[in-house]
Amino acid sequence: MTGRLVTTDVLIIGGGLAGERCAIEAAAAGHEAIILSLVPPRRSHSCAAQGGMQASLANCVKAAGDNPTVHFLDTVRGSDWGADQEVATIFAEEAPIAVRELAHFGVPWSRVRGGKNHYFIKGEEVDIDESLENDGLIGQRDFGGTAKWRACYAAAGTGHAALYAVDSEVVRLGITVRDRTEAVALIHDGSRCTGAVVRDLRNGSHFTVIAKATVIATGGYGRIYGQYTSNATINEGTGAAIALDTGVVPLGNMEAVQFHPTTLSPSGILVTEGCRGDGAYLLDKNGDRFMVELEPEKQELASRDVVSRHMQQRMRDGLGIDSPYGPHLWLDCRHLGEEHMRTKLLEVWDICRDFVGRNPAKDLIPVRPTQHYSMGGVRVNKDGQAYGLAGLFAVGEASCWDMHGFNRLGGNSLSETLVSGRIVGRRVAEYASGHALRADTGLAFAALADAERKAANWLARSGSGPNVYEIRDAMGETMMHKVGIFRNGDELQEAIAELGQLLDDCDNAVLRCKDPGVNPELAFALRLKGMLRLAMTVAKGALARTESRGAHYRSDYPLRNDKEWLSRTLVRWGAGDSEPTLSYEPTGIIDLPPGHRGYGSDERIEMTETLEKHNEDVLQEQTRHGRLASTEDMGSRLRRGAWKSATG
Amino acid sequence: MSDTATARRLRFEIFRYNPEDEDSVPHTDVFELEETPFMTLYIALSQIREKQDPGLQFDFACRSAICGSCAMMVNGRPALACRTLTADLPESIQLYPLPTFKLIGDLSVDTGTWFREMAEKTEAWIHERLPFDPDATEERMSDDVAAAIYEGDRCIECGCCVASCGLANVDDTFLAGAGLNRVARFMMDPRDSRSDAEWFDIVAGDQGVFACIGMMACEDVCPKELPLLEVYAYLRRRTLGARFVAKSDRAV
Ligand SMILES: Cc1cc2nc3c(=O)[nH]c(=O)nc-3n(C[C@H](O)[C@H](O)[C@H](O)COP(=O)(O)OP(=O)(O)OC[C@H]3O[C@@H](n4cnc5c(N)ncnc54)[C@H](O)[C@@H]3O)c2cc1C
Ligand code: FES
Repeated sequence: MTGRLVTTDVLIIGGGLAGERCAIEAAAAGHEAIILSLVPPRRSHSCAAQGGMQASLANCVKAAGDNPTVHFLDTVRGSDWGADQEVATIFAEEAPIAVRELAHFGVPWSRVRGGKNHYFIKGEEVDIDESLENDGLIGQRDFGGTAKWRACYAAAGTGHAALYAVDSEVVRLGITVRDRTEAVALIHDGSRCTGAVVRDLRNGSHFTVIAKATVIATGGYGRIYGQYTSNATINEGTGAAIALDTGVVPLGNMEAVQFHPTTLSPSGILVTEGCRGDGAYLLDKNGDRFMVELEPEKQELASRDVVSRHMQQRMRDGLGIDSPYGPHLWLDCRHLGEEHMRTKLLEVWDICRDFVGRNPAKDLIPVRPTQHYSMGGVRVNKDGQAYGLAGLFAVGEASCWDMHGFNRLGGNSLSETLVSGRIVGRRVAEYASGHALRADTGLAFAALADAERKAANWLARSGSGPNVYEIRDAMGETMMHKVGIFRNGDELQEAIAELGQLLDDCDNAVLRCKDPGVNPELAFALRLKGMLRLAMTVAKGALARTESRGAHYRSDYPLRNDKEWLSRTLVRWGAGDSEPTLSYEPTGIIDLPPGHRGYGSDERIEMTETLEKHNEDVLQEQTRHGRLASTEDMGSRLRRGAWKSATG
Repeated sequence: MSDTATARRLRFEIFRYNPEDEDSVPHTDVFELEETPFMTLYIALSQIREKQDPGLQFDFACRSAICGSCAMMVNGRPALACRTLTADLPESIQLYPLPTFKLIGDLSVDTGTWFREMAEKTEAWIHERLPFDPDATEERMSDDVAAAIYEGDRCIECGCCVASCGLANVDDTFLAGAGLNRVARFMMDPRDSRSDAEWFDIVAGDQGVFACIGMMACEDVCPKELPLLEVYAYLRRRTLGARFVAKSDRAV
């Protein structure tokens, strides 16, 4: 059938910053690329990033002395030593290039104003003379968990400006974008991926795309937390879910889920960390600035996991402000003044006005922590090549590349999308150059038939079964309340049982809409099982990890345990299995030895193995767990011992 | 409205048509709903779809007025549904899809194709002078210039201005507010190397700023409050200058 089989060199599933940057690299190398996206690419969730993008440009006084090594240190500490240190090194080194490249694509970065500048730092008003020599260079603002001001920004619309600039490059290069399409399955033979089955969301039909290389760039999956997320409604995790469906590709560290301290109560709409970076406070119901006492050093700007836990504890202690939607705390931006709010934080001004009818220069803003970022995702090597399936790559929030470990620093994600988009895009292009199109149409049509059968089965089921939206809501309640900011064994067990039940319910759920064409209920139903399976991998991983690390906090195991848990969780879901299988690989070669993060608790269970011994087995162990060879040797980009000069 | 005891009962009249369904004809359906505090049209429409009519088509993504997915006609006026509070509307609410754009179904329209074509037509990207040099420090730009470009860059391509434009409704090649604003954004960017004469070709034709009949509904409906009037004035000024240049070019 015409139109039902499309071929290309590179198939990119996802039109956010990561996918588009990757596509640019492949197209610039002369390959034909097709981008799929649920929405027109500029509406991808990257557009919602407000605050900034980390890169050690060191153009401001408060950024002086910053460099990739300091950025590396902050990133590894932020990750609570869960990051792959080589990947963190590559990332920190290339982030400045990515920011400058965006300037070249057209991003109007906020610039340094030489001369006197008025700032708020830890609640104090400060005047700083920025050097005239740096006037007009890209400016930086403060963000949580960093030693220096490092977040480059375009007012409070950084992601929007970045995405528009990158998408204009996609248009310039004439790259095909098929918006309103959804990859629903990967085509593979157990060792190589050769494309995807796609659902056309304009009319409900299916087609296949056969490609030399396939890239998953589908972003985060916060919607497995139901309404308790800052993520867009489209962040439903289908990319990670279809990778899990292969049975051979593992997801990494799914229990590592970030909660953002300040989302609007109750809608979950994000209020950027840039507010606290620019000097906003957190207050409890008594007007106490509790973070000053709890974290004297970094105060409101400790890392997100630490701030979210303090906030949650505050509310548990009855110090939150009661509302019909549960307790919240206050974010106080009043002292920043109207002019600052309407220029440097304009998007925050708009959001407060539009959604809670408040003026942040005069009123307090009701906030509470909700799910924000998925550190886990499709496990890949440093080239972005997925474990277990040659020709499948992943990039951006959908991947576990793994520079974030158990906690991502604010502003590090936008940089990751662009840095990894460049690097992985190059590897994807090399792969596409070195491999012929394997047009196994039998395999493709079997996958297509399978996808069509699934849709038909949903439509055929009748009677009085559970409703898909109720299942989704129940999943969200379970995830937020039992797999949330504070976790413990008993509640995690309950969560697993509840999710198991919801998976059964999903198999019996009945659609009420049988309309031909778009059928929004069917489109959602087709994603639901994948979402529940992702939720299950998060809960299982969280139960098994009997320690606290970064955003994963176990009240019953409150210490970080470097003796037993300096590892990355891998999870696969074998075909026909009723539950996922966990295994563990070493996080990567360790150069910066595990230590105190500089905020949060300083207590931990120390590593007993020597670093030499630990590092000896990394390659072998990761390979045993499915890692495919990278173009350059493992460890080749590490700058061993460089951190010593930065900590000295 | 914070008093739930006196919650209003809202009456929604919604345009319905599913082009993929042979039996479907354009019509409207009525739904009723109890209003809750801070209810937006996103919340209301989701409730209607999840509890009353699972076939109802509409688009939301960010639900925070950032992505531009959810524009529709709300009581006759284009608006972002996700940030429209029902409290600001009367009890009776009429929802129609945006005109000008191709209908996908019910309240859902194809804005993606329109905006991609506009970007291609106006070559809405930086026409650079030199290739990117990864080892070089960034070119300088004053913060004021950056802020001015950012102001033009804030458009979220929701299509409200296009839908409100008398001309765009009859001539689908007209660039309309979003298109003209996009051109101005690149025109004022010192990194873009296009000459005034090149800009003239983009802006001055039938699809450009002089075709605008000046009703200015676009500025009224823009959810980002972009100063479109100023934008058009800027374009006219620059283009007239360019025509002068173009003429004197020809003279030599
Ligand atoms: C509110 C908010 C604010 C943030 N602020 C910041 C910040 O200030 N700084 C920072 O560094 N980070 C920030 N982040 C995080 C950062 O924005 C994201 O991690 C990053 O933009 C993700 O980019 P991406 O390209 O990986 O995914 P996305 O931008 O989410 O793109 C995913 C793409 O995949 C497509 N897609 C998904 N599934 C499918 C499928 N099955 N088939 C086809 N297409 C599919 C979607 O349509 C979309 O195009 C923020 C996140 C949120 C939620
Ligand atoms: S849903 Fe994004 S603007 Fe309304």
